[in-house]
Amino acid sequence: MTTTVAPAPPRGRSRTGSIHRGEGTAGWLFVLPIVVILGIFLFIPVLMALWVSFSDWTGRGSPLAGNVRFVGLDNYAKITTAGGLQTRDFGIALRNNAWYVVLVVPLQTALSLLLAVLVSRRMLRARGFFRTAFYFPSVTSSVAITVLWMFLFSFAGPVNQLLSWVGLHGPNWFQDPRGILNLALGGGSGPAWLADGQFLGVSWWDWLAGPSIAMFALILMAVFTTSGTFMLLFIAALQNVGYELTEAGMMDGASGWQRFWRITLPQLRPTLFTVITLGLIGCWQVFDQIYTGTQGGPGKTTVTPAYLSYTAAFTQQEWGQGAAIAFILFLIIIVFTIFQRWVLRERTVSRRRMRAYLPRTTPKKGRP
Amino acid sequence: MRRHTAVTALGAVGLVGATVIALTGCGSGFDEGDNTGTGGTGSPAALTSSDDALTVMIGSSGDAETKAVQDAVAAWSKSSGTKASVVAATDLNQQLSQGFAAGSPPDLFYLSTDQLAGYASNGSLQAYGDQLKNKDDFYPSLVKNFTYDGTFYCAPKDFSTLQLVINEGLWQKAGLSDSDIPTTWDQLAEVAKKLTSGKTKGLVFSGEYARLGVFMAQAGGRLVSEDGTKAEADSDANVQALSYVQQHMKDGTFAYASDVGAGWGGEAFGKQLGAMTIEGNWLTGAMGDYPDVKYKVVELPAGPAGKGTLQFTNCWGMAADSPNQQAALDLVQYLTTSDQQLAFSKAFGPMPSVQSAADTWKNDNPDLVPFLTGADYAQGVPTNKGAADVISDFNSQLESLKTGDPKKILASVQQNLEAIVK
Repeated sequence: MTTTVAPAPPRGRSRTGSIHRGEGTAGWLFVLPIVVILGIFLFIPVLMALWVSFSDWTGRGSPLAGNVRFVGLDNYAKITTAGGLQTRDFGIALRNNAWYVVLVVPLQTALSLLLAVLVSRRMLRARGFFRTAFYFPSVTSSVAITVLWMFLFSFAGPVNQLLSWVGLHGPNWFQDPRGILNLALGGGSGPAWLADGQFLGVSWWDWLAGPSIAMFALILMAVFTTSGTFMLLFIAALQNVGYELTEAGMMDGASGWQRFWRITLPQLRPTLFTVITLGLIGCWQVFDQIYTGTQGGPGKTTVTPAYLSYTAAFTQQEWGQGAAIAFILFLIIIVFTIFQRWVLRERTVSRRRMRAYLPRTTPKKGRP
Repeated sequence: MRRHTAVTALGAVGLVGATVIALTGCGSGFDEGDNTGTGGTGSPAALTSSDDALTVMIGSSGDAETKAVQDAVAAWSKSSGTKASVVAATDLNQQLSQGFAAGSPPDLFYLSTDQLAGYASNGSLQAYGDQLKNKDDFYPSLVKNFTYDGTFYCAPKDFSTLQLVINEGLWQKAGLSDSDIPTTWDQLAEVAKKLTSGKTKGLVFSGEYARLGVFMAQAGGRLVSEDGTKAEADSDANVQALSYVQQHMKDGTFAYASDVGAGWGGEAFGKQLGAMTIEGNWLTGAMGDYPDVKYKVVELPAGPAGKGTLQFTNCWGMAADSPNQQAALDLVQYLTTSDQQLAFSKAFGPMPSVQSAADTWKNDNPDLVPFLTGADYAQGVPTNKGAADVISDFNSQLESLKTGDPKKILASVQQNLEAIVK
């Protein structure tokens, strides 16, 4: 719908005529400050970190000094193939974070979209109030919210008291390392084919055990804090969705759900892409909640690669490994973003889907 | 919320390095560092000397500690004529790392036992232990804690040990008297059983090596041999110790603090969720929050191999890149004197690391004497490079000790330790 409107900008504008001569230089001059700033504060540090990940730098003096040697993929091997404690720690961190991503990204996207749709309704009174209320957690410092969360989810805290009113016995949230999937399936140690096989030093059974109860509390917190931010993005996008199309849908007899699913949501695709990408990146980099809240415990179930990278470097003086973890994390994020871009790409409407839009002769089925 | 990534953190450090190169013209600051002995082999290099002011970085427990150290350093500064300032770090590890990377670390700093090996092996530390005039006055076990590759690196600044703390009110309520104070494992189990009632467990402690290690010590076990060259985690003694704890966790008389809904042993003890706990002398500070709980410190019971406990300590680390090490040594000398350590003890509670202060300390703190008595038989925690990682893995496995297999847990610890012990 929107793709056909804007013509592609002309390419190679600097060569189009003598009147534009010198604009290139001026352009570079104007962007020079930011290029220099980004170079010094972003590109050079990133390149140096990349070098550190291939070196045996021990954290003393400059990583570019003469006594720092190139060690090839040694640091990467230690955390991925060597099979020792470092490998297992990295495996555990990936496991924890993967569950975090799997739960947080869909939940926060769905919740923020829901909130956005709710507060964008024309009939709603006090829209401003609700928007502010939902956005509030996003502007609060994550450290403050972490502290609040530790209090809410403490053993005798408000959450457990609420649960006790409905007859439930709440767990000791931030001290409980048991995986929730494992618990839901009745606990135990699993069949041999799952318990024996392993990847990165973590058994398949442990990979599948789900996030620990402690991590689950952090997952709830992430959804709580970030939904407001993304709600704002969705609200902005919803305001660009023309009401005429919705009206046209009404005239054609589409129900509220159909209008949302077939008319509104497709137009939100670019925003959806942004929200999911930002969500993915943010989730894979989760650090502050761990650093200020659980410090990786209980039972290492809230260690994430970002936190592991920090501890490897700053407390173990294994700077190469810390940098290597950071770069593997970087690759993971890139791969996920590309994958997600591919999933959400603009597609020609398939014939099956097309049928849903055509006047039908057969009775309507559910959504495709 | 997501900006503080590890990439940028590392990048920031890299940047500091880059800036330093840019400013100093590549290499002037770093090369001299190499001479000061990477890996701490044998004799320490001569100390540097200059008129530069000293910076002392501490990881403070609170205002009382910061002020006490500031006052002491200021007093020394006045008498010696060398300027010195105290910086209370918000995150000591991180700020130290940045200092070392930039080539401008603080001259003196708190250094924990588990950090020693990392900094000593990359040459960040200046070994000065053998040049201390009061070297023989330090407890030998503490000196051993700060000896890496045969070199005594830094002066222990103070220390603490673990002992058994008893809630006197609950003790009497259970019909127990002073003669019932446990001296063996069996007696401990017995009184724990008598003290367990309702929400209150007999003995509650944090579920980590830094507490359960006392049982391993009492059974005659340790994680790494005393000279730090052999992993001994899977010894029968250790299995026996963990099995003992497990048995009584199962019968409900021992419990982890997290099992009763507390953050650590002291909290469980203060809230009377545990009638006894295993903690160090820092407990006295925390008990201020629970004025109703009367308590008593006694020695931990002896296990199959006799008495045993763990000790924890920090030292005054000295930077190899410090331009004025001679003055720094002088300051350490001043800070570790018996008088000064007793003053620190009065201000914020730690036990002096020198034997000559022991008698005075015992007189001043009659209720806490067992903690100092523990110094005679306490063992230190492993200090090998990478040991902290192994111990945190051990801790994560200990959390499920109640349902786990002690032998299997210790076997994995053994395997992890063998990888780091040379």
